[in-house]
Amino acid sequence: MNERVKKLREQSLSSQPLLSLERAILLTEFYKSGVVEKVSTPVARALAFKYILENKELCINDGELIVGERGPVPVATPTYPEICTHSLNDLEILNSRSKISFFVDEQTRKLTEEIILPFWKGRSIRNKIFANVDNEWKDAYEAGVFTEFMEQRAPGHTVAGKKIFSKGMLDFIREIKDSLNLIDFYTDPDALNKKEELNAMLISANAIISYATRYSEYAIELAEQEQNAQRKDELLTIAKVCMNVPLNAPTNMWEALQHYWFIHLGVITELNTWDSFNPGRLDQNLYPFYKKDLEEELLAEEEITELLQCFWIKFNNQPAPPKVGVTAEESNTYTDFCLINLGGVKEDGSDAVNELSYVLLDVIEEMRILQPSSMVQISSKTPDKFLDRALKIVKTGFGQPSIFNTDAIIQEMLNQGKSLIDARNGGASGCVETGAFGKEAYILTGYFNLMKVLEITLNNGIDPRTEKTIGIETGDPENFKDFDDLFNAFTRQLIYFINIKIKGNNIIEQLWAQNLPSPFMSLLIDDCIKNCRDYNNGGARYNTSYIQGVGLGSITDSLSSMKYNVFDNKIISMRELLDSMDENFTNNEELRWKLLRETPKYGNDDDYADEIMRRVFESYYSAVNGRPNTKGGYHRINLLPTTVHIYFGSVIKATPDGRKEFQPLSEGVSPVQGMDTKGPTGVIKSASKIDHLRTGGTLLNQKFTPTFLEDEDNLKKLLHLIRAYFKMDGHHIQFNIVSAETLRKAQKNPEEYRNLIVRVAGYSDYFVNLGEKLQNEIIERTEHSSD
Amino acid sequence: MVEETGMIFDIKHFAVHDGPGIRTTVFFKGCPLSCWWCHNPESKNPNPEEIEDPSKILSETSKKCGKDIVGRKVQVSEVIEELLKDVIFYDESSGGVTFSGGEPLMQVDFLLSLLKECKKNGIHTCVDTSGYASRQIIDVVVKDVDLFLYDLKLMNNKEHEKYIGIGNKTIMQNLEYLCELQKQVIIRIPIIPDITETDANILQLGEYISGLDCILRVDLLPYNQMGEEKYRRLEKPYLLNNITPPSQERMFQIKEKLETFNLQVKIGG
Repeated sequence: MNERVKKLREQSLSSQPLLSLERAILLTEFYKSGVVEKVSTPVARALAFKYILENKELCINDGELIVGERGPVPVATPTYPEICTHSLNDLEILNSRSKISFFVDEQTRKLTEEIILPFWKGRSIRNKIFANVDNEWKDAYEAGVFTEFMEQRAPGHTVAGKKIFSKGMLDFIREIKDSLNLIDFYTDPDALNKKEELNAMLISANAIISYATRYSEYAIELAEQEQNAQRKDELLTIAKVCMNVPLNAPTNMWEALQHYWFIHLGVITELNTWDSFNPGRLDQNLYPFYKKDLEEELLAEEEITELLQCFWIKFNNQPAPPKVGVTAEESNTYTDFCLINLGGVKEDGSDAVNELSYVLLDVIEEMRILQPSSMVQISSKTPDKFLDRALKIVKTGFGQPSIFNTDAIIQEMLNQGKSLIDARNGGASGCVETGAFGKEAYILTGYFNLMKVLEITLNNGIDPRTEKTIGIETGDPENFKDFDDLFNAFTRQLIYFINIKIKGNNIIEQLWAQNLPSPFMSLLIDDCIKNCRDYNNGGARYNTSYIQGVGLGSITDSLSSMKYNVFDNKIISMRELLDSMDENFTNNEELRWKLLRETPKYGNDDDYADEIMRRVFESYYSAVNGRPNTKGGYHRINLLPTTVHIYFGSVIKATPDGRKEFQPLSEGVSPVQGMDTKGPTGVIKSASKIDHLRTGGTLLNQKFTPTFLEDEDNLKKLLHLIRAYFKMDGHHIQFNIVSAETLRKAQKNPEEYRNLIVRVAGYSDYFVNLGEKLQNEIIERTEHSSD
Repeated sequence: MVEETGMIFDIKHFAVHDGPGIRTTVFFKGCPLSCWWCHNPESKNPNPEEIEDPSKILSETSKKCGKDIVGRKVQVSEVIEELLKDVIFYDESSGGVTFSGGEPLMQVDFLLSLLKECKKNGIHTCVDTSGYASRQIIDVVVKDVDLFLYDLKLMNNKEHEKYIGIGNKTIMQNLEYLCELQKQVIIRIPIIPDITETDANILQLGEYISGLDCILRVDLLPYNQMGEEKYRRLEKPYLLNNITPPSQERMFQIKEKLETFNLQVKIGG
């Protein structure tokens, strides 16, 4: 990388994330102006968006080519008081916590106290959510049965489709006007709502245009003062680029990147959408510009690479918005989950890998930064050369790119009723979530603690940690005659809690639709304009609500332990087992050893355990899949944890698989840490018994030692391992290439390992930024070596 | 017909050192040789034996370890069931199954049944052998073996007797026989400092191997100390104290030396 990029990268990496009230203050000014009372909700939101963009500070960093920051400066992170109003105590926690902190200065505290809190207290959607859900929901939430994604952040969970790169705001404005003309007030009872929504979209489109115009004017201003001739030229080019996009469709690489970046900033300024936003299939979306620029000799290869690197840094300058409470526990990272997709198939089903795919892999390897995250889509048609190139980056050990199975992704979407073309144009985002890019709202509504449900079942409806009755009575476990009795009780308890979660989702989705529509996002995702409906209210072509199952390995091993030790082999009675668990296995290490070492475990291609996993999957799937949401779509399942397996473990006492109290659960669809003893083929065979194609994504972590991959032949074997997993319909696999020994050293001497990056679950993070429990969990994951 | 049974001490999945592709290796128990450097000392005795299991801590305070039995009698069908689990990986990687040990040729009927079952299922087979067996035994299995991993250690017969317990004549004759039959062979040389790694031995090995026309490749296996701990757990004496593994530089020197004989040489298996 050249000096310019090096400098920008360093600036991004060395800055301490800080809290910025800029957005919150502007928003409050707008809400206090009295306009809000006079217009419809969507229009009010659009006008608020416009007000922020017209008044926020502009920032062109020294030397950068792609411009625009969400905050006033890089890594300054705004708050969204209309969603979650931070108390002074929240600010104190954010400022002082040891991991994922945000610097909060005196002025911020003062303004929060004087301006933000007096206006927003009690008015945030967070307040509305907790005021509208019932006690059953709150009990389950507080016990850690599930989490709630929408209590501090907005339902984004979507990705730009290719239309973004072929259309400008003027095109959208034309489409909106067409839609407005089609509204028939004589026959359509929803006509007014449609009109208001479309007007809001119109305001939003114009708002982003004027924001870009401001940048154009600012760049000219800077150019006039600039002494360095080269930089002066660059600033003038920036001015020209910002004049043309996002007003019009981009015509070259520079414009395409800047165009997307304005749109990205629009999305993450309008609301604090989950998984920020995402340019999707980047090698596909940018390829026409890449080819044209080279052919017409507008840019040389190195210049394109430089632009892409500048683009990369923009993502890293935007830490995930500050989270507190349970939401911080479930997703404790600065990463905001923009996952760049490379490879896959084209719309006609043929292999999509192109020259730019390789250029982008080079950029990923060279930049070596947390954001954006990256993945490769591998179909049966993808050449080995591409996967091999990707693995050579994986080998360098920063967890990127993760590896996805395109064929599985497509089938998952077909199974959900999407068109083949939409499926081929899709991919995965966030951690591992399958989506029809540009056409789907696929909202993750919360993690679901499968293991906690079993614990409550074993206590006949009582949460043993708080001794509160929060579940239903499914019988005294001592009276279960056989494993089926136990399993049926678990399933009943599971359905009970899923019902509570879905009841909550139905309320919360409506609250968002009514209170915080997102007209800017609605411009971007088909078919909101055509449907005259907001993205948060079912405007998208497809609307999916996910409940993400967590702890599949832990619950499988726990059930397997009871089946094996209590029912089938009668090694121990139910009472003895429950008592030992209650005592956290103190004084009964021998029993614990048996549970850990002499009991069939998931992850070893052992059908005894794996069949139980299948039953758990079926129960979970049946309880959730196909239940309608409020947007004309359906609830679905996926299996991923981010960091919630630590939190979920922290609310569960000792479990039948030998896990001690409050220890982490297994993550994703990976086996319980250290319990897979038959090598990676065993893990992959077990994981392939999950019916991935009926999910919207699963997450499998594997850890190899760096020495293993030093041998070129072994890298090939890893490639074959992945191909075999994908042949069996596996959805995703990701790798940590780091030894436990290195991680232990890093734990002891964090100062020396500040740059050590590891794969957590669906994203990478600095090891020293992880909580101790999460650090230990990663250390304890089984490490495959060549010995 | 009674099903063949055999004595094994491990089945390792995703074995990456035992032939091409992703393989599963079955470790036979029992070996007629007694190489000083053997890193699988549990493979020698043809019967089950006790071994300390450090993960089985009986009492947290005393850290006293429990014992495990290493070695178990298994039926052919049981082994095959385990081997068939990974067929998708063999297919994907042009891998297969490797029979190692110990010395698989010591249990020739068991080995033959396993080989036949593998061939019936279209699985590539590999036998990792010291070559110390009678010609008749080789004849029994040779048709069903796709690839031999064949150990050569010392060219000097006296030295061979000293460090391995037997002479090297049969081993060399069998290797030449396999070449006559045009079988595919990869030679594996353990590189033990001051014993097999001497210049003289390497040169003699190079000369000898280059005279054979069935050798696909020569793998150099650097000495490692992993076996030492196992001797302690088996309560067996370890004869090779105070030897350090050869340096990477030395391994490259040896590789280059052997390459002068027009051999394809790889460090590691």
